[in-house]
Amino acid sequence: MTILLFGITKDIVGSNTLSMPSSSEFGTTGSKTVKELKEYLGKMYPELKKLSSLAVAVNNSYAQDDTVIDNFDEIALIPPVSGG
Amino acid sequence: MDRYQRQTVLKEFGPEAQEMLKDASVLVVGAGGLGIPVLQYLNAMGVGTLGIVEQDVVEITNLQRQVLYTENDLGKPKLDVVLKRLQTQNSNTRFKVFDTFLSRQNALDIISEFDVVVDGTDNFPTRYLINDSCVILKKPFVSGAIQGFEGQLSVFNFQDGPTYRCLFPNMPGQAEIPNCNENGVLGVVPGIIGNLQALEVIKVITGRGEALSGKLLLFNGLLQSYQTISFSRCPENMAITSLQESYGMELCDVYNTLKLEDLEKLSKEGTTIQLIDVRTEEEYTNYCLPHIKSKNIPLDELLARTQELDLNSPIYILCQSGKRSAVAVKQLEELNLGPTLYHIEGGINRFLTLSQ
Repeated sequence: MTILLFGITKDIVGSNTLSMPSSSEFGTTGSKTVKELKEYLGKMYPELKKLSSLAVAVNNSYAQDDTVIDNFDEIALIPPVSGG
Repeated sequence: MDRYQRQTVLKEFGPEAQEMLKDASVLVVGAGGLGIPVLQYLNAMGVGTLGIVEQDVVEITNLQRQVLYTENDLGKPKLDVVLKRLQTQNSNTRFKVFDTFLSRQNALDIISEFDVVVDGTDNFPTRYLINDSCVILKKPFVSGAIQGFEGQLSVFNFQDGPTYRCLFPNMPGQAEIPNCNENGVLGVVPGIIGNLQALEVIKVITGRGEALSGKLLLFNGLLQSYQTISFSRCPENMAITSLQESYGMELCDVYNTLKLEDLEKLSKEGTTIQLIDVRTEEEYTNYCLPHIKSKNIPLDELLARTQELDLNSPIYILCQSGKRSAVAVKQLEELNLGPTLYHIEGGINRFLTLSQ
């Protein structure tokens, strides 16, 4: 699973993308949801938990907390930006 | 020769689309990094009526990205400079200028006069205010936002399409997302996003092509990548019927603000000034006010380091632009420490401009 990072999430993680090995704690068996992914990432990167307004896209579509994801999906973490 | 011939000759555009531009009115909120390219292109292309909301003055740190302004404009109101330039660029355009910041009190009145709104602001409170006002008034708005080497673009509330709140339902907290002053922005990035906003405005007005509605474009300048995310509308976000009680932008008015010139005067008169610079350590090491002694306590450490403050004298708070200092004053105010709190309007940017 590849996670594309935008805005401040890139600064928090320290790279443009994050690859989740299929053997990761996040797991391969059974269905996982966006909410579970967020919780998992929040444990790895506590700063991410502070973002109250973080959008998540799965395969280029905006996803809700209950959207199901699998290992082949491309995820994007999209925080709002305000600069002008 | 008709000045618009190069675009009216396009068979997908034609004189009909040009006529639509002439009849259209567009409000541009903010004449900064995004607003300037939007205004210059819409004006050049023949949009009949342009509104501009802006109350800042030109600062030295604006010049690397707000390319209409020159060194001669430092300290002048942006609104005056931009109006003069646009009038010489196209004398057919009708201009409506608003020498104010958009606020809860004036937003609905101002926006109601226009067909399309362009969000070129630099802060979340105004972005949410524009969203809610446009939903209430049923106006489409073209939103651009930038940070660092990245930009975001979308057309919201267009033909029953989704809104800003369908992407980001709630405003992030003050300290959550860095702004351009803290995090920086590469000069050309707002130019790119602003130009794309101008293009979307033209499409919204003329119905040519497909407006970027229900889609968010994510631009990464370092990778030269453009990624589009689709999103749909949440009915509850369309049901806004009145503005919120507060958008958190009023805090600057509530607390004591002081002009840097007045602080300098106090300092010259021999008053000992407790000046706290709430920028990051790195910013402080790179540059601090040369003529008034200050102490650096970064904003995110402020609440944990209040014991370092002298509570028997007024506390003056400074940052780069006046935004973080306003947040700092608000945070300290809630602690009821005792001394009067002042935030220095315009921050170090103002000092740099005045000392030009």
